[in-house]
Amino acid sequence: MNTFKQLFFVLACVSLLFACKNENQEASTTSTVTETEKTTTERSGQAFIEDDEATPNCLQIAIGSPDHKTLVAAVQAAQVENALVNVGPLTVFAPTDAAFAALPEGTIDDLLKPENKEVLANILKYHVTPGNLSTSILTKLPKLGQANNQYVQVEVVDGKPVIGGANIIASVKAGNGIVHVVDKVLLPPTEEK
Amino acid sequence: MKNILKSVAALVTVLIAFTSCDDTKKSNAKSGALSSNVAEKVYVAPGEHDEFYAFISGGYSGNLTVYGLPSGRMFKEIPVFSQFPTSGYGYSEETKPMLNTSHGFIPWGDSHHPDISQTNGEIDGRFIFINENNTPRIAKIDLKTFETTEIIEVPNSAGNHSSSFVTENTEYVVAGTRFSVPVPQRDMPIKDYKGNFQGALSFISVEPEHGHMDIKFQVLMPGFNYDLAHPGRGASHGWFFFSTYNTEEASTLLEVNASQNDKDFIAAINWKKIEEYVNNGGGTMMPAEYAHNVYDEATHTATSTMKKEVLVVNPSEVPGAVYLLPTPKSPHGCDVDPSGEYIIGNGKLSANLTVHSFKNMLAAIEDKKFAGDAYGIPILNFEDVLAGVVEQAGLGPLHTEFDANGNAYTTFFISSEVVKWKLGTWEVLDRQPTYYSVGHLTIPGGNSRKPQGKYMFAMNKITKDRYLPTGPELEHSAQLYDISGDKMELLLDFPTHGEPHYAAAMKADLIKERSQKIYDLEDNKHPYAAFSDDDTKVVRDGNNVHIYMTTIRSHFSPDNIEGIKVGDKVYFHVTNLEQDFDVPHGFAVIGQNTSELLIMPGQTKTSVWEPTKVGVWPFYCTDFCSALHQEMQGYIRVSPANANTPLKWSMGEDIE
Repeated sequence: MNTFKQLFFVLACVSLLFACKNENQEASTTSTVTETEKTTTERSGQAFIEDDEATPNCLQIAIGSPDHKTLVAAVQAAQVENALVNVGPLTVFAPTDAAFAALPEGTIDDLLKPENKEVLANILKYHVTPGNLSTSILTKLPKLGQANNQYVQVEVVDGKPVIGGANIIASVKAGNGIVHVVDKVLLPPTEEK
Repeated sequence: MKNILKSVAALVTVLIAFTSCDDTKKSNAKSGALSSNVAEKVYVAPGEHDEFYAFISGGYSGNLTVYGLPSGRMFKEIPVFSQFPTSGYGYSEETKPMLNTSHGFIPWGDSHHPDISQTNGEIDGRFIFINENNTPRIAKIDLKTFETTEIIEVPNSAGNHSSSFVTENTEYVVAGTRFSVPVPQRDMPIKDYKGNFQGALSFISVEPEHGHMDIKFQVLMPGFNYDLAHPGRGASHGWFFFSTYNTEEASTLLEVNASQNDKDFIAAINWKKIEEYVNNGGGTMMPAEYAHNVYDEATHTATSTMKKEVLVVNPSEVPGAVYLLPTPKSPHGCDVDPSGEYIIGNGKLSANLTVHSFKNMLAAIEDKKFAGDAYGIPILNFEDVLAGVVEQAGLGPLHTEFDANGNAYTTFFISSEVVKWKLGTWEVLDRQPTYYSVGHLTIPGGNSRKPQGKYMFAMNKITKDRYLPTGPELEHSAQLYDISGDKMELLLDFPTHGEPHYAAAMKADLIKERSQKIYDLEDNKHPYAAFSDDDTKVVRDGNNVHIYMTTIRSHFSPDNIEGIKVGDKVYFHVTNLEQDFDVPHGFAVIGQNTSELLIMPGQTKTSVWEPTKVGVWPFYCTDFCSALHQEMQGYIRVSPANANTPLKWSMGEDIE
């Protein structure tokens, strides 16, 4: 009986040893998780909150549009999602897939490369104005200060605002501002910095 | 067999001890490098104290909350501009005058920027000042008692936003107007704003011993919006800097019309020069109406005085006292680094930060290099005063604070992050997201010559999914970061109360040592105080009945009162006779249409009760004061208006 008890003790100790090893394994799993979390902080923030009650924001509108696949891909590649979902208010000029397709061949593929993330982000920010600007307000403004810190000129042609040469095809009110669908990609002027 | 087994067991145990110990160390080191022990960094063991106090503005709650760092625990809500039924502030007869203004009694306020008093450019923890935005006022809170002891209204001001920041020796607490308005106020068309409205920047002197406030002078500036301000320090002591926007002087759709100019200004005010001017009889005394409310700690009572005039100065009267520094895109924050050399203007519609140099400014003034003037105030050249630009640091820069190692930390509202950058080289060193859309940030002592560093916390405007949901209305979130290393590290996420508009924080030691525990009964000079059970009485004066009442564990004296009639105005003057730390008593009576009272040891407070119904009505202690708290009660008999019930009171015996 006594021997049994002692044997049991030894076994218990041995299993403890294993348990201990297991714990260590767990610990290393945890650190991998932490690592994963770290890499995904870029995928956290307001853009990733699930919310089907509120009016869609500028990003959700773009994602929901069949004509803005390139724009959405670009936004995701540049990781500027969170800039489009904050309380703003924001005015977003959203070039259609056709507008992106009109760029010189290879431009988009080039911009979507990871090494061009900053350039792409700069171009995308050039499509965002702080402020909720309707088409009628836009006709009253000579230029807009864009989120990338550069200006875009506004002309009025036939009573309608033309933004850096781009025509507004349609406008959609967003929960955090307004999205103007445009027929041309706005390219930031290079001389001004 | 037995012995062998024993030794095997022993060996195995030893092995386990070794292996487990070893492995634990290893795995700790591993996870330490990756995730570090964040919980440990914010853990304050039960009974231990936090290292820092944080005084977080309650925004539209009108109050100021007191937190501990790094735990993020809230210790107190200090009532300042809003009625507070918890203690009776703004309801009790003694504190109602605190909320008096030239617009009458205002039960609410919008508190914004707390700032702790300073000596030689270092925060001294004596007083904390905070501004009320809506009906312009500045309050002083005594950090010995953590109570609001003074409130001064600011005339000629509207949207008191670029306030309440103190100079290096608390010579002044400064209050700038957000809205420009007609000065003096008058009936005029709104469309005539441009050129006619003015912006008043008020310099409120602070008397060194008690901190009593008095408006020394107001500088009447052009009709821009004055957004934020900070004092010069060190070499720039004697100057004050205010950010401006709407230099377009628009009065409608400002979100578009106030964003037309590429650059607005930071206004640099040489207040020492203006002080000298007014000390020599300069300036114009103009009629005004503003309340000055002072709480007397001896009588436990506030008095409100209506002031009738204020001294105003036009910048043109004092040449060389005011300059304008062009600053891009509607600058919001206007922050001065610990050395006093750099003035940071955060253009909220810009992606860059603009840093001006105080030395460059003085040199440009010396050389008289002006780009023009606005209403006679010289405008300096942007390039002449510029020290550097932090390029493309983020979107929507708002506010900057500093550590003691030459680093600055700026909040970006649109890109929702805090960016750490180096003063002098303007390089971005680190960025951390905030959750979400950060407004102000605070570093203990970050607005003084000697930042105390270690922590920074970001106060956000948007909470969304950060905590368990509580319906559409959420408290705002704040995040605490460790800034002792090269990179900022997020430690804690904690909810705040009201709108955590801005905060001031400092090491706890100074304040902790001075914090008062009780009010000495011997110093109580309240005219209706009673100092023992025998002192108590009930006095009728027409329809007014004054009850001189005491509380001590666990009874009221008197606790039976008769002879009150419907239509009487009954004043319960309750003195808490306790002289023991943390033994307040409360006072509540049925149908009390003000609020309860919470009376600290040695204090006297008064609640007015106007009974409308005949009956025998109870009153009781609301604070769980003692084991016999539920016994701490009394009755007040209310007879019809025409009754002849004699006025009598008792405690411990029946009223015959």
